[in-house]
Amino acid sequence: MDSVFIIKSLIILGIFAISLTIAAYETYFERVIAAFIQDRVGPDRAGPFGLLQPLADAGKLFFKEDFIPGMADKWLFILGPSLAMLTALMTSAVIPFGDSILYDGQEILVQGIEVNIGILWVFGVVSLGVYGILIGGWASNNKYSLYGAIRAASQNISYELAMGLSIIAVLMMASSLSLRTIVESQHGMNWNIFYQPLGFIIFLTCSFAECNRTPFDLPESENELVAGYHTEYGSMKLGLYLFSEYVNMFISSAVIATLFLGGFNYPGMDWVYATMTENFGAVVGHNLSTLAGTLVFFAKIFAFIFLFMWVRWTLPRFRYDQLMDLGWKGLIPLAIVNLIITAAAELSGHALLVNWIGLGVFIALVYAWSAIFGTKKTSL
Amino acid sequence: MTQWSFYVVSIFTLFGALGTIMSKNAIHSVIYLILTFFSLSAHYVLLNAQFLAAVNIVVYAGAIMVLFLFVVMFLNIRDEASELNNNKVMIAASIVGGTIGLILVAAIRLTDIPRVNPYTYQVKTGFIETLGKLLYSKYLLPFELVSVLFLIAMTGAVMLGKREKGERNF
Repeated sequence: MDSVFIIKSLIILGIFAISLTIAAYETYFERVIAAFIQDRVGPDRAGPFGLLQPLADAGKLFFKEDFIPGMADKWLFILGPSLAMLTALMTSAVIPFGDSILYDGQEILVQGIEVNIGILWVFGVVSLGVYGILIGGWASNNKYSLYGAIRAASQNISYELAMGLSIIAVLMMASSLSLRTIVESQHGMNWNIFYQPLGFIIFLTCSFAECNRTPFDLPESENELVAGYHTEYGSMKLGLYLFSEYVNMFISSAVIATLFLGGFNYPGMDWVYATMTENFGAVVGHNLSTLAGTLVFFAKIFAFIFLFMWVRWTLPRFRYDQLMDLGWKGLIPLAIVNLIITAAAELSGHALLVNWIGLGVFIALVYAWSAIFGTKKTSL
Repeated sequence: MTQWSFYVVSIFTLFGALGTIMSKNAIHSVIYLILTFFSLSAHYVLLNAQFLAAVNIVVYAGAIMVLFLFVVMFLNIRDEASELNNNKVMIAASIVGGTIGLILVAAIRLTDIPRVNPYTYQVKTGFIETLGKLLYSKYLLPFELVSVLFLIAMTGAVMLGKREKGERNF
C-alpha cells in the first residue's frame, strides 16, 4: 500500500511538474518557431541558444510592480488569473500518459485518476475555463477588457457545442467515457483519426478556439481591443494569463493525441513488449515498454504543439462574424453529419469502410448541391 | 474521512448559497452561485454519482452560469436595486420566503426516505453504464419526451432570436 501510494503521488507530481515545464518551454519554442518562420534569429541572449529565456521572462514578471487599478473590483481582479491557471492545470488529472508500472506485484497506472467519466471531466473543466477570462475582464473596469471577456465567453460557448458533438462520435466508437478505455480501444493502429477524419478536423479547430489561439484569438486582438481582457493586467497576473494559454495548449494537444492518435499506442508496440520482456524479464520489460509508450505519447503531444505554433504564425485572425459563422453554420452541422455517419458505420459492422463511404457520399452530395443550386457563395 | 469531507463540502455549499442571496453586487451573487453548484457536484461525487457530478458542472456551472454572468455584465443592475431600500418590500419578501421555507422543511420531514441497506447496496448505481441502460430501457418514453421538449425549446429560442423582415441588425 505504502510504496504504491508513494509511486502514485510521484506520478501525479511528475505530471504537474512536466505540464508546467513544458508550458514554460513552449514560450521559448514559440519564439524560436516564429523566428524561423519569419526568417529571424529569435532569442539567443539568455544562456546557450537562449535556453534560459523562460526563466528570465518569469523573473522579469515577478519583479514588476503588481498593480491593481483604482476602480477595479480587487478580489475578482485577483481571482481572474488564478482561476485561469487553476482550470488550465485541472484537466491533466484524467489523461493517461502511459500504460502501467509493475511494482511489488501491483499494477500502477501512469495517470492521475482513472475514472469512468474521464472525457466528461475534461469537457467540464474546459467549460469552466472561460470564467478566468470573463471575471478578470469584468473586474478590470475597462470597456476593452469587458469586450474581450464577452468575446471569449461567446466564442467558447459556441465552439464547445461542435467540440462536444465530435467527441460523441469518438465515444460511440469506444463505447466508454474513460480516456484509458478509449486509448486501449485504439490498440493495433486502430487510431480514431483513420475512422474519424472529419471529427478530427472539427475537434482540432474547436481546440484552437477554446485555447484562444490564432486564428481565433479575438478576445485579445490588439488592433481592436488594445489587448482585450488583460489590458489592465501587469506583473505576474498577466504572466499567469499568458502562461495558462500555454498550459491549455499542452493539455489540448494531449487530449487530441489521446482521442484521435491512439495515446501511448504506436506501431509495433506488441513486438517491442515481447522483446523487452524476453530480454529484461517480465517486470523490468513491462516498465521499459511503458516508458517507450509514454515517450511516444509525448512525441505526439510535441507534434501538435508545433502545429499550434505553425498555424499561429501562418494564418491571419478571423473577423468576428466569420468566427461565429464558422462555429454555428459550419462546424456544428458538419459535426452532426459526422455523428450520423459514425452511427451508421458502427451499426454496419465495417466501421472503417462505411465511415469513408459515408464521407465520400456526403462530399459528393455537397458538390452536387452546390453545382445545381449553387449561385450563392457560402459564408465559409 | 468521507464524513469529514461531507462537512467541509457542506460548509462550502452553505457559504456559497448564503453569499448568493446576501451580496449586494449581482456579479458577486453569480460567482457565489457557481461556487454552490461546484460544491453540489462534490456532494454527488461523495454519493458515488460521478456522471451526475460531471453533467452538473458541464451544464450548470459551465454553460448556464456563463450565460448568467454574460447577461448580468451587460446590465447595470446597481441603479435598479432601489427596492432593497424599501422596508415594506423587504418585510413582504421575508414573509413569503419564510413561509415557503417552512413548507419545504415540513414536506421534507414528512417524506419517507428509504434507508440504504449497506449489504445489498450496489456501488455502481450512480455509474454511467447503469444510468444509460436504465434510461434506454425502463425509462425510454420519458427520456424521449424530454428530448422532444428540448427540441421544442431550442426551436422556440431560434424563432425568438430570428431577425424579422426589415429589422436592422445593429
